[in-house]
Amino acid sequence: MSEKEIKNLEQIFEARIERDEKIEPKDWMPEKYRQTHIRQISQHAHSEIVGMLPEGNWITRAPSLRRKAALLAKVQDEAGHGLYLYSACETLGVSRDELYEQLHSGKAKYSSIFNYPTITWADIGAIGWLVDGAAIINQVPLCNTSFGPYARAMVRVCKEESFHQRQGFEIMLTLCRGTEEQKAMAQDALNRWWWPSLMMLGPTDAASVHTEQSLKWKLKRKTNDELRQQFIDQTVPQADILGITVPDPDLKWNEETGHYDFGEIDWDEFWQVVKGHGPCNKERMKARVDAWENGAWVRDAAMAYAEKQQSKKVAKAS
Amino acid sequence: MEKTALFNYILGIADNNLILGQGLGELCGHGPNLETDIALTNIALDLFGQTRSYYQYAAKLSAIHKTEDDVAYLRKEREYKNVLLVEQPNTHFGYVIARQYLFDVFNYLFVEKLQHSKDETLSAIAKKAIKEVSYHKRFSGDWVKRLGDGTEESNQKMQEAIDGLWQYTNELFEMTEADEIALKAGIGVNLSELKEAYYKEVSEVLKEATLTIPENPYFQKGGKQGIHTEHMGYILADLQYMQRTYPNMTW
Amino acid sequence: MKKNWPLWEVFVRSKNGLEHRHFGSLHAADAEMALENARDVYTRRNEGVSIWVVESKYITASNPADNGELFEPAKDKVYRHPTFYNLPDEVKHM
Repeated sequence: MSEKEIKNLEQIFEARIERDEKIEPKDWMPEKYRQTHIRQISQHAHSEIVGMLPEGNWITRAPSLRRKAALLAKVQDEAGHGLYLYSACETLGVSRDELYEQLHSGKAKYSSIFNYPTITWADIGAIGWLVDGAAIINQVPLCNTSFGPYARAMVRVCKEESFHQRQGFEIMLTLCRGTEEQKAMAQDALNRWWWPSLMMLGPTDAASVHTEQSLKWKLKRKTNDELRQQFIDQTVPQADILGITVPDPDLKWNEETGHYDFGEIDWDEFWQVVKGHGPCNKERMKARVDAWENGAWVRDAAMAYAEKQQSKKVAKAS
Repeated sequence: MEKTALFNYILGIADNNLILGQGLGELCGHGPNLETDIALTNIALDLFGQTRSYYQYAAKLSAIHKTEDDVAYLRKEREYKNVLLVEQPNTHFGYVIARQYLFDVFNYLFVEKLQHSKDETLSAIAKKAIKEVSYHKRFSGDWVKRLGDGTEESNQKMQEAIDGLWQYTNELFEMTEADEIALKAGIGVNLSELKEAYYKEVSEVLKEATLTIPENPYFQKGGKQGIHTEHMGYILADLQYMQRTYPNMTW
Repeated sequence: MKKNWPLWEVFVRSKNGLEHRHFGSLHAADAEMALENARDVYTRRNEGVSIWVVESKYITASNPADNGELFEPAKDKVYRHPTFYNLPDEVKHM
């Protein structure tokens, strides 16, 4: 194809997205569109399955059977969401194994928030409330993204995720209505998870390299800073209901803008975690690699068994 | 049937589900792939669901334990009545599957009979559980075959797991005092009657999976009397951590 | 030996009376496992009463590049639609 022809196809392609038409896997698409989607969808999938680890850490220690079942179901949903997203990614011609390889080698990124440790039960509440809260803000607009399989996966994810945040908030609420010790536990969790949750919505617009292109392809409907503001505006009143304090001395309601003003985010910390030096980066990656490598004999066995059964069937038929 | 005996009888059933579910819960996020992870978690959720129904019933019969969580969390190790089989660790995936299958076949036969219990609550729990357990057995049985008759390596690993866990199977059929009382009252199940069907079914599947049953096995027991293996203390340390560290709180 | 579990497409009937609808895909070593995995992955919330699975490689898909010749010609066959025919308002039940 000549450069001019590609240019022409690209124009038609961009016009389709402009008209809110969906792009399906076999449609022609610019190589950059494909690559960007593989990167973003797989990053999203990786975040789901790495995200299972900090919460999974508390399954055996959940303080009641009701909480245990809910947490188990939630972590399982995350596996499901990872699966939907990997499947969406696979329609772009890359296998789940290749995507795992990228994750395990450190080439692919995942949400940096999962590199923080869950050290008390209240952290499970805080993750559900704050991390899932921030995730929902990120994800709801993606139900209308331009790439069909991604949009469909996100519809399913969002539908299922609606209980996750409520589950987290309910844990926090129970703690805050409990003993002094429980309330202190909730406050401590908010203190530790607040800032990482704000960072989770991505670097500031000024520092974000992908925003403009992503907005055009509807991979993003709002900028990181807009999403962050939305998150803060909706979360601060929830903290008030809980009766705990957001750990930001500069946080205050701005009558003029109709939004909360908030303090400086420590972006050095963010980049340090992204670059692999968060408190749990190494443990998280080791857990994923171990699960994959220790499971190799199991996956091989299942394939070998399936082939044997298949040839038995063929032998019987002939 | 006298309340304490019935309470003990229920724990003899439910503790198995709790401890096995706990083992599976530990695995969540660490399975050989996403699909298997999701499947095993479903089984764990079924087991916890059954556990809760049993414990809720038990709590009604107890003067000391008022809620399902009191029953689940606030006993001493010697008071847990689960069989040794279900407290064995997730050594590798072969052990997870073998433990599951060796328990599932028993559980299916047991729950099938429990449906006819004269105790309406137990019968109702069993009627709901039978469908779940039937699927568990199918799932774990399929995996026994895959791993047994898969590759040379998987066959070795699966054989190792069967050899390691076989010694705990006989305890499943041991009749405790509570079992005897419940049986006489028409509430309980005669475990010794399940034995033949159990070993017949398991042997057939193991044979199909090209696995062998250990010859001249020695059997272990004690779980039903609260004398557990060394693994149990650690399982309870995790399970009870919150309730013991922060007593008398609502979560 | 490194052979990955193949990809399967999953179709679920949500309730009797409705058709099976494409729900998504997953990996499985064989058909039996694909069914079981589909049950665990796609019907966790009581979404189905029947499942079909088919290995993805057996699906033949039309090429979007042929959409012109495949689908455009149907566009002007307006006489296939009831609105093409003009009837007086008095005629009922038609």
